[in-house]
Amino acid sequence: MNIASLLAAKSGQPITIRPERSVREAVALLARHNIGVLIVVNEANVPVGIISERDIVREAARNEQVFGRTVGEIMTRDVITGVPEDDLASVANVMTEKRIRHVPVVDKGRLVGIVSIGDVVKAQRDKYRGEVETLETQILADNN
Amino acid sequence: MAQPGTDAQPLRVAIIGSGPAAFYAAEHLLKREGLVVEIDMFDRLPTPYGLVRGGVAPDHQKIKSVAAAFDKVAADPRFRFYGYVEFGKDVTVADLREHYHQMVYATGAQTDRRMGIPGEDLQGSHPATEFVAWYNGHPDYQDCRFDLQQERVAVVGVGNVAVDVARILCRTPEELAATDISDQALDALRQSRIKEVYMLGRRGPAQAAFTNPEIKELGELAGADITVLPEEVELDPLSREALEKSQDRATLKKVELLHGYALRKPGGKPRRLILRFLVSPVELLGNAAGQVVGMRLVKNELRATPAGTLQPKPTDRFEELPVGLVFRSVGYKGVPLPGVPFNESWGVILNDKGRVLDPDSHRPVVGEYCTGWIKRGPTGVIGTNKPDAAETVTCMIEDFGQGLLLCPSRPEAAAAEALIRQRQPNYISYAAWLRLNELETARGRAGGRPRVKFTRVEEMLAALGRSEGA
Repeated sequence: MNIASLLAAKSGQPITIRPERSVREAVALLARHNIGVLIVVNEANVPVGIISERDIVREAARNEQVFGRTVGEIMTRDVITGVPEDDLASVANVMTEKRIRHVPVVDKGRLVGIVSIGDVVKAQRDKYRGEVETLETQILADNN
Repeated sequence: MAQPGTDAQPLRVAIIGSGPAAFYAAEHLLKREGLVVEIDMFDRLPTPYGLVRGGVAPDHQKIKSVAAAFDKVAADPRFRFYGYVEFGKDVTVADLREHYHQMVYATGAQTDRRMGIPGEDLQGSHPATEFVAWYNGHPDYQDCRFDLQQERVAVVGVGNVAVDVARILCRTPEELAATDISDQALDALRQSRIKEVYMLGRRGPAQAAFTNPEIKELGELAGADITVLPEEVELDPLSREALEKSQDRATLKKVELLHGYALRKPGGKPRRLILRFLVSPVELLGNAAGQVVGMRLVKNELRATPAGTLQPKPTDRFEELPVGLVFRSVGYKGVPLPGVPFNESWGVILNDKGRVLDPDSHRPVVGEYCTGWIKRGPTGVIGTNKPDAAETVTCMIEDFGQGLLLCPSRPEAAAAEALIRQRQPNYISYAAWLRLNELETARGRAGGRPRVKFTRVEEMLAALGRSEGA
């Protein structure tokens, strides 16, 4: 299974923000969409970073003026991005090992979605549930 | 007007398609406690079960046994089947909006992806799905012809469908005669002169999509020896490192099985099945008559993406493979439905967790949902559609609770039936399908076969004592 199939049933457009916007605006977007992360993109819609709740909390702990800072100043720049053809299993491994909770997905340079650790866990759970369901059906049929 | 979901006015749901995803959605809805629901399920074919009938290979009857679970769902008095009624032709979105509170699209991934290489449309180059539909007796594909007089065949891909096609091509007539393969395909395969079947994987053995039971089965064919090239089964350093780290049990077993095949001596069986890895077709070669005579392959190396997936990168090493027949099985995608928003990037209905979305606002379209491959793309086994359908049904119930329903002017079962009878007088009810099913199994009994399928719609109608246009 590749991660394109995780994106297929998500509403699509990941929520993005430009690096020159303020942290205040970022917090408002996170709250409005009830999400934990925004993808920071440049004018060409190419991801240049990611800003998460955790980035904001970390900054808030040492700086009372956090809301006035720009997204670009506190975002995480070193972002691992995926492509739609990436295998679910390898993305799950990378996220687990590197303790990453979100992977932006880029296709031919264009941001096409974001995969969260929750998406990955759900996809794996449904994969195993499906396999168990199918095996059980076949075993029950054997006993008829 | 009575509150929908009550005895006075049941919640009326239309499901388009009758494959596993459709039946699982129906099952989840019918099992909801306290919900009074009525389900009408539509299929463009007279027969239900989708790919369980038309996709799952005829020598895998055990997998088809899931149909018994679907029959149980269909036996519920709140369920109706309208077979041989085509969405978009016999009934439209607008019609359904007048008769149902909610609709679910479960139409699957009906078309194959192309390889995008020169020569792809030469004679003798086919989508694997056409071959599958043909040997499974799908009425739309009975006029297809495949040149089984060729001696060498290539199947491009190493997923489940590619494995099915390769295996069916390698089966002996005796093995096939014990299945419910279509009579036409059985006759054609009896005359087959195929000697070598190549399966081509663009990545290595550790990345191949086929499952271990499938590979094991390929090693146990009565009429074909399996061959794996030792140099292609040896893991490259990146694959070895990834596998050592993950210790994934299934992949370790897969690699072990394939290594075993590489060591096997040919057993003198009439056919050979050759699994190739790390190769991609770059061109199909034709003769003056426009018939495939070979393919040009590039050898690949694996490279890791930033997210850790090993992907093929072509090298500058090429080879030519002489083959007269090619089946491509490099992926599937959904077909847009008339009047339903579509997501071209992923080949699915534009949706969020099964709620169909408006393409402009990206807000849910009231009353429209999807499930199965047309929702998430072609992944997983049959059972994967069960949790998938549960997610869609949860959205449907949430929206129902919020009063987000269509407002049909004729939300009665009898009104829907009258409309369908008017548009397609020959529609097939579930009772009619069960009669067809009995006739098919009776036809199979004499030959010790699970069934002998009706493969033409006219044949099915005639068997039920009807005629087209009656």
